[in-house]
Amino acid sequence: MNIARPVNDALRRVPPWAIYIVAPVPAIWYFWLGLTGGLGAEPIKALEHALGLFALKLLVAVLAITPLRRFAGINLVRFRRAVGVVAFFYVALHLSAWLFLDIRDPARIWADILKRPYITVGMAGFVLLLPLALTSNDWSVRRMGPGWRRLHRLTYPAVLLGGVHYLMLVKGWQMAPLVYLAAILALLGLRWRWRRRRAMA
Amino acid sequence: MAPRWTNDLTWADVTPKAAFMNRRQMIAGATALGVTGGPARAGLNAVESRYSTDADPNSFADLTSYNNFYEFGTGKGDPAEYAGQLTTDPWAVKIDGMVERPGSYGLEDILKGVTLEERIYRLRCVEAWSAVVPWVGFELRRLLDRVGVQPSAKYVAFETLLRPEEMPGQKYPVLDWPYREGLRLDEAMHPLTILATGLYDEPMPNQNGAPIRLVVPWKYGFKSIKSIVRITLTDSQPPTAWNMANPREYGFYSNVNPEVDHPRWSQATERRIGGGLFSARIPTQMFNGYGDQVAALYSGMDLAKFF
Ligand code: HEM
Repeated sequence: MNIARPVNDALRRVPPWAIYIVAPVPAIWYFWLGLTGGLGAEPIKALEHALGLFALKLLVAVLAITPLRRFAGINLVRFRRAVGVVAFFYVALHLSAWLFLDIRDPARIWADILKRPYITVGMAGFVLLLPLALTSNDWSVRRMGPGWRRLHRLTYPAVLLGGVHYLMLVKGWQMAPLVYLAAILALLGLRWRWRRRRAMA
Repeated sequence: MAPRWTNDLTWADVTPKAAFMNRRQMIAGATALGVTGGPARAGLNAVESRYSTDADPNSFADLTSYNNFYEFGTGKGDPAEYAGQLTTDPWAVKIDGMVERPGSYGLEDILKGVTLEERIYRLRCVEAWSAVVPWVGFELRRLLDRVGVQPSAKYVAFETLLRPEEMPGQKYPVLDWPYREGLRLDEAMHPLTILATGLYDEPMPNQNGAPIRLVVPWKYGFKSIKSIVRITLTDSQPPTAWNMANPREYGFYSNVNPEVDHPRWSQATERRIGGGLFSARIPTQMFNGYGDQVAALYSGMDLAKFF
């Protein structure tokens, strides 16, 4: 664990709120690019995709934090809640791009949520993340006691829905969504194994 | 009658020019130079066509940077990034099946005696975006007449080049390569159906399907197969790439139809590319607005069944 020690030492000096300071930077950057032609001929789709992909990366990162401590000794647990909240923020921006830039027509929005399975699945992921974002504060942790941990296990199905949503929306057999889904399944599989081991011990 | 365009240059003499100008700038430039009447633009000297829409074409930059050409990757920017390495000269198209004069036809030969026309067409992608494109080409029926279609032929099948060394996307099984497409013979013989060899009066950029591609403006864009190396006349409906990949989502006909949704998204509206971050969707038109010319081809057919 010789690299874990200096990494952990350096991280100890970084306060978790620093995450919230840098979090909006990519969003602002994408939006700026979209306004100035940097996202190409169809900036609405490009922005929608960039926000969705960044959200998915952050959600995978949230799932990776515990295994990273277990297997590499690198401790990012202090940052997990902030990373999760930022992931939700990007899912919400992704949804907003869809609502306010892409579709706009309220009748169409509702029809798509009901009729288009990949939208339904993405929406389900968003709905599961909503209570997690709302309870990601010290006050809720204290008030909810052990219920907080149980509630926050909704992260697992939410991330899985995000990965499935991605796979469902591409045309043909593409690598990227399969790689994300494989990573998500591997990270969820680890939890499942740990639980079984704990149950047997 | 449009003036016939002939020359004794070969394909190799055509030098691509980076024409990062839009049509209006070109016309403005030509007017400024006092050029009036006749073919007003430099390059291929394509003549105007009554089949052109008067909508404003998208810019050359947009049309050459936002492409679906999965042979070069699935990202919209991949074709612009990777298609440069494609060798398009020499190029030959094998024409076989139920034809009187089958054979391998060099591109120069195909273009010999052909009048190139500018056809400004609307393009509607199955993904619900659209563009207005100033193609340069000639009617497919001219070529089919030249090679002689046998009376038993009912369909025309097309095939794209298979060359993974130059087409990196073909290294992945996104589709069952080579890309294949097909038309019913009456669709292929329709005057709106063209083989295009240019864009904005310049030779076709590689990312747009150089050196020769199909354009069928009333069908979703994927029917307009690119970089064609083979044309086969048959009496049975040919297999087509997207239909093979997912028959529920991509029918053989794939006529633009706002009333028949793609199973995963609505086809009622589309967004014209190049409109910026706040551009609104516009209604999609039946047969992409070419219904007056083509609806008769499908009279009596249930277009929800034959989608
Ligand atoms: C857990 C939540 C979600 C995650 C992780 C997520 C992630 C993604 C990803 C990775 C993409 C593809 C980006 C790319 O191709 O580069 C995408 C596309 C998309 N998502 Fe989501 N998404 C989520 C929720 C939603 C919701 C709630 C909606 C709308 C109701 C939505 C609508 C879309 C749309 C419309 C696209 C683009 C589809 C197209 O190409 O036309 N997503 N999303």
